[in-house]
Amino acid sequence: MPFINFSKDEIQCKIVYYGAGFCGKTTNLQYIYSQTMEDIKGKMVSIDTKGDRTLFFDFLSLSLGKIRGFDIRVQLYTVPGQVHYDATRKLVLKGVDGVVFVADSLKVQRKKNIESLINLAKNLAEKGISIRSIPLVIQYNKRDLDGTDSEILALDILEKDLNSMLKVPSFSGSALKGSGVFETLREISKLVVKEVSRKIMLLDKQLR
Amino acid sequence: MNIVITDQDMKKINYYLNKMVSSSMAHSVLLIDRSGQLIAHHGNTPEFDILSLSALTAANFGATAEIARILGEEEFTLLFHKGRNENVYFSAVGEHVILVTLFDDSTSLGLIRLQINKVIDELSTILLSIFEKGRVKSTDPLRPS
Repeated sequence: MPFINFSKDEIQCKIVYYGAGFCGKTTNLQYIYSQTMEDIKGKMVSIDTKGDRTLFFDFLSLSLGKIRGFDIRVQLYTVPGQVHYDATRKLVLKGVDGVVFVADSLKVQRKKNIESLINLAKNLAEKGISIRSIPLVIQYNKRDLDGTDSEILALDILEKDLNSMLKVPSFSGSALKGSGVFETLREISKLVVKEVSRKIMLLDKQLR
Repeated sequence: MNIVITDQDMKKINYYLNKMVSSSMAHSVLLIDRSGQLIAHHGNTPEFDILSLSALTAANFGATAEIARILGEEEFTLLFHKGRNENVYFSAVGEHVILVTLFDDSTSLGLIRLQINKVIDELSTILLSIFEKGRVKSTDPLRPS
């Protein structure tokens, strides 16, 4: 639900990072925060427990420049991944314009990734949004563990598990090292802005 | 659904926010949507991070609504936090929006509540029409929800 403010020539959109517990959603935001210039970002807000788990959400606001004379501001949110925080996830999804699904490449997390994606589809559906129509990007995180003692899933298995039906853009990455983080953000921003831009063009026509 | 705020809408909103600030001696008011997006801001709060405040307020309100639901209430329509210097008063404005009033000890909670009650109906009507327009537009077959 983008906010198009004709008075300030500003558009605000909401992008939510979704995924199972400990898959790296907060780490994505932390990397983005650490690598962006001061003038385009706000403060990063985290509500977490002492054990590094996100209790409610993380929040980061970024300015993406202008389209058609409008300043574009995206608000990035993460959700808590643990199963029992479903009520919180639903709250954070309110008014969402785009989703990044962060999948954990660890073999032991295979089932949890699938469950989390099903949970996303269910929670979106409750808000009348189809997972097939909302701008969505998948990130296969923790690829830096390839070649270490931790067993990770091959990309084609992850694609088959999570993206065989959706067929959305997907990226491999490491939120900890930073690879794939901005590629993911760029793609989801592009999809969200494209959708908003289409809406502005329609509105322009209606208003003229 | 997309929410479009025109210049005219914003002028009306600002008129009531201005009225609220000047009559209650609050130092600022924010109008935010329940998903955490800032709609309007009036008053003097240069040192606060308004965007984070909006996101946290919406979350706070949402969490409190869930507490109300568990207790068998439909919703708590107002919330108040008292600090040593700063106080925050949250009130629901219709179904979609929250009015956040920030004030210090130069005014009183009673006056704040009184002045909020005077503007809340008008704000509610303006905002309802903005959100209804968004809802109508989302049924346009050209635009997915």
